[in-house]
Amino acid sequence: MLSYYKRNEIALTPILFLIPGVLFFAVYVIIPIFQSLSISFYQWDGLGEAKYVGLRNYSELATDRAFEISLWNNIKWLALYLLAIPAGLFIALFLNQNVWGIRLYKSMFFFPFVLSQVVVGLVFSWFYLPREGLLNGFLGLFGAGPINVLGDPTLATYGIIAAGLWPQTAYCMILYLTGLNAVDPEQVEAARLDGAKGPKMLWYVILPQLKPATFIAFVVTIIGALRSFDLISIMTNGGPFGRTRVLSFYMFEKALSEYGFRMGYGSAIAVVLFLIMLCFIAYFLWQMYQDEKAARR
Amino acid sequence: MRSLMKASLAALITTSALTGAATAGSHANLEGTLRIISDMSNPNPRAIMEGLAAEFDEMHPNLAVELEIVDREAWKSQIRNALTANAPDVVNWYAANRMAPFVNAGLFEDISDMYEGGELPGLDAVKGAMTMDGKQWGVPYTYYQWGIYYREDIFKELGLSEPATFEEEIANCEKIVASGRACYSIGSKFLWTAGGWFDYLNMRTNGFDHHMALARGELSWTEDAGVRETFANWRKLIDMGGFIKDHQNYSWQEALPFVVNGEATAYLIGNFAVPQLRDAGLTDDQLDFYQFPKINDHAMGEDAPTDTFHIASNAQNKEAAREFLKFVTSTDVQSRINGPDGLGQLPINANASVSDDEFIQQGFDMLSNNATGGIAQFFDRDFPAEMASVGMEGLQEFMVFPDNLDDILQRMESARQRIY
Repeated sequence: MLSYYKRNEIALTPILFLIPGVLFFAVYVIIPIFQSLSISFYQWDGLGEAKYVGLRNYSELATDRAFEISLWNNIKWLALYLLAIPAGLFIALFLNQNVWGIRLYKSMFFFPFVLSQVVVGLVFSWFYLPREGLLNGFLGLFGAGPINVLGDPTLATYGIIAAGLWPQTAYCMILYLTGLNAVDPEQVEAARLDGAKGPKMLWYVILPQLKPATFIAFVVTIIGALRSFDLISIMTNGGPFGRTRVLSFYMFEKALSEYGFRMGYGSAIAVVLFLIMLCFIAYFLWQMYQDEKAARR
Repeated sequence: MRSLMKASLAALITTSALTGAATAGSHANLEGTLRIISDMSNPNPRAIMEGLAAEFDEMHPNLAVELEIVDREAWKSQIRNALTANAPDVVNWYAANRMAPFVNAGLFEDISDMYEGGELPGLDAVKGAMTMDGKQWGVPYTYYQWGIYYREDIFKELGLSEPATFEEEIANCEKIVASGRACYSIGSKFLWTAGGWFDYLNMRTNGFDHHMALARGELSWTEDAGVRETFANWRKLIDMGGFIKDHQNYSWQEALPFVVNGEATAYLIGNFAVPQLRDAGLTDDQLDFYQFPKINDHAMGEDAPTDTFHIASNAQNKEAAREFLKFVTSTDVQSRINGPDGLGQLPINANASVSDDEFIQQGFDMLSNNATGGIAQFFDRDFPAEMASVGMEGLQEFMVFPDNLDDILQRMESARQRIY
């Protein structure tokens, strides 16, 4: 036995090291994915017998307007949340200088990311309050408003996204700040000798060197957009009349909340959400594979 | 090992208690452990529950009472796990349709024999709310009235009196709106408060039986003329500016300051709002109560949600659990826990004394003398959970955009056809 291991040490050791990780990943991630897929073919309240209904949960999804709204909101989140990347980049460029006290300014800009999402949600919901809120006080100065951001079905989702952008921008900023430290000063010098400056310098010299930072910023922002659950739960609880729900929130409501417990239907929503995530996961994996390949060459 | 011991202990207790019950009557010599999970997590109810557990523990020297108090909101989803895995003996829950998932899954113990055997004297009036499939599944321990709580001082200032009919209600409201106030405060962020308005408007417009038929899914939301009339009545109040603005942003607690500050004169809510209004500084001279006025000629039906205790069918110590249910529903305990130092609500035992609090007295009088139509639990307890969630969302939308009514009813109707 021992000698068998000795002979194949090089081949076996990595496998041994991988086993715990693979095991946990399988139990907590991979297997549940297939379980939710299979539950989505059943009608089940989580207590009694599960009844096989085939694709009925999915055909109900197709006609469910609340689902459609949630899906659109997810797309809005994914698209608008990406604004955090350019916003973070510009704040990073602005802060990337040596003046007295710059460390303090940097940490102040980074501050919102340290706050819990719940606190951010509360702060913004007070900011948006229709009567006492700062926003309407400010608009009042210009004779505009008052608007009830979180009570208006067309505005509420954008209001929550704006709240989410605040910490997310700070996150992207910190990623770019570290990225900017790695920019090669010689290349900047050379570009400057060739007469590049301003936007051209940024676009052709700085940004290509920031590509790894941009990729990470993109990944964390997409993940952040899909994790919008806590902000929605705190700020509107999915309302007014379900107009700010996203898929993850809708799934929770249908499967696990006070009036829910339709496990099959909730799983069907989860499967749709997983398919959306799968597009991004595939892209991320492909991108990382390309980088590996380029590095090995 | 521990569970094995528990099981054998429980077996021992059942046999000994059976013989004990025959000789010692209601004070059986209970042994072992009684595990209770309670959702009475607000400060006042929590103290009551802890007191009850301690007292019951004292009464039975050989019995250890283990009490676990869970957050009231969290319990609404935790109860499922609690009842299936390592179930406690006694749990809190709600009456009527909210029991359905657990009754259907066989997780609540059938205690019809206790009602039949006369072990629960004074509970005949509330038996109905605990009945499902012709059997009883638990006992209530408290209930409270709903109705319109209003600012007596502002009514006096405007020369208004408590309305008895919907016309008077509207006439009052016109004067209130003209004085720059809103008639009703409401916070509909968590939806259920709008359910209260629908319950009352529909029970008054179409009667209690119509409302219950709707809850059982026997009537169409789109086709039934009565439902339309209810919404038309509701719309009268909405269009005249009766409700506060932006109520979709507030929880029911956040809507209380409108009443306290006099920006709104009344609030359709349960009696649980009274302590909060008093804490906010309103005296009993400023605050009063009236029954939701009559609309069409139907016997008055009332919402009076009931909170309950149940025995889990997987309980280990059912004998002690049954004894505990008798204990909490007994005349003496009922008078005490619902008294002014306790929950400040209505006792469910007909022989218990009702506290002399102004609002409790009015509520008790209303429910005993002028609720001949019947007692409902509440929108989200009478309607099946799924219908309630779709419905309350629609009701909130109607209160903000009354023009969307057709679309809302369409959605509720398609939900009804799927659910029932």
